[in-house]
Amino acid sequence: MKYKDYYGILGVKREASAEDIKTAYRKLARKYHPDVSKEKDAEEKFKEVSEAYETLKDAEKRAAYDQLGTHREGQEFRPPPDWGQQFGQGGMGGRHFEDIDLSDLFAGLAGARGRAPGGGARGNRPMAGSDYEAVVRIAFDQAFHGTEVDLELSALEWDPDGGVRRVPHRVRTRIPRGVANGEKLRVPGKGGKGANGGPDGDLYLDIEVADHPLYRVSGNDLYVDLPLAPWEAVLGTSVDLPTPAGTVTLKVPAGTRAGQQLRLSGRGMTRGSAAAGHLYALVRIEVPSVVDDTHKDLYKKLAETSNFDPRAHFVKETSR
Amino acid sequence: MIAPVQDAVRFDTVTEVTWTQIVNASGLSEAELTELVQYGALVPRDPSAAPLTFESRWLIVARTASRLRRDFDLDAHGVSVVLSYVERIESLEKELRTLRAQLG
Repeated sequence: MKYKDYYGILGVKREASAEDIKTAYRKLARKYHPDVSKEKDAEEKFKEVSEAYETLKDAEKRAAYDQLGTHREGQEFRPPPDWGQQFGQGGMGGRHFEDIDLSDLFAGLAGARGRAPGGGARGNRPMAGSDYEAVVRIAFDQAFHGTEVDLELSALEWDPDGGVRRVPHRVRTRIPRGVANGEKLRVPGKGGKGANGGPDGDLYLDIEVADHPLYRVSGNDLYVDLPLAPWEAVLGTSVDLPTPAGTVTLKVPAGTRAGQQLRLSGRGMTRGSAAAGHLYALVRIEVPSVVDDTHKDLYKKLAETSNFDPRAHFVKETSR
Repeated sequence: MIAPVQDAVRFDTVTEVTWTQIVNASGLSEAELTELVQYGALVPRDPSAAPLTFESRWLIVARTASRLRRDFDLDAHGVSVVLSYVERIESLEKELRTLRAQLG
């Protein structure tokens, strides 16, 4: 196991007071919290800082940390054989530490307080398992239709004698249709195991939905750009429009303007038992970038014969 | 062996969660949660009921409150103030997403 210098991370001396530690943490939390920080590697730094504070703010954990001795940052070390016994955790003799880190060791110690007979206020009372969190990245089509995902997590597990180790935690879960980017879901009972008959924890999922090249999501509604040639907009046309549930034929009425939204009712996202959202086709008028002489002549003829003035309102608005 | 499939469930305004579920899921103490209810940061279905029950979406708010308390070492009043800003940011982000979707 690699040593982490928690005092160094917080920038305080080993003999710092609890108040000094709190002040140092608050300063660093403001600097590195990923919600507010623009610092490079802020998330990683904040994790380090909060891990250090989690241990040093608790007098019992701090004493246990101090008992580990002083080592260089990143130096391989083993806790002394009798370390942890006073906190209700079994001795360290014969344990393996390759698969856990220092924060796992202290998580094990915190767990031991509640689990070991007489080890703290909770004693043998039932203890709920820890909740786990995982980020699930899915494609737009998976979000639209719903999907199943396999998650491979690494979870802490307590030995009967109070030791702690990391074990693979596999969960297969069904993501409901219509899930949104940033939405949180809960998989009941798929967190850590409860102790002494306590319930298992839950697994919380942070859903990240990849952008789709065509569709943009707004609540349950979807938006898709519908490029039309000028003559299609003027004369009207029928267009094969791709939707997430399959291609549909959309009738574009004559005289359709740029920016107009053509609604396809119920073709948006469906969430639970609520009515489906709509799909809006957003009209764009595209003009050809290269025009040959024949077409140029046709446009000239149109310009000469048409009395359409798209800027007629300029005169009206400026002559007031 | 293929693991059985477990449904992931949404947080919504229909499903009800109990006070005990809010306490367990948030990791906050009952006293801290009671303060958050008093400040209006968590809204029970019926404030006069005992024990309180909530729409399940408040469970996410309670977990956010717990994270804010831990990360910034805030008291319950501080958490309630930050939660109101978080709510405002989320509302503005939603509006921004809608406008972006409509603009293309």
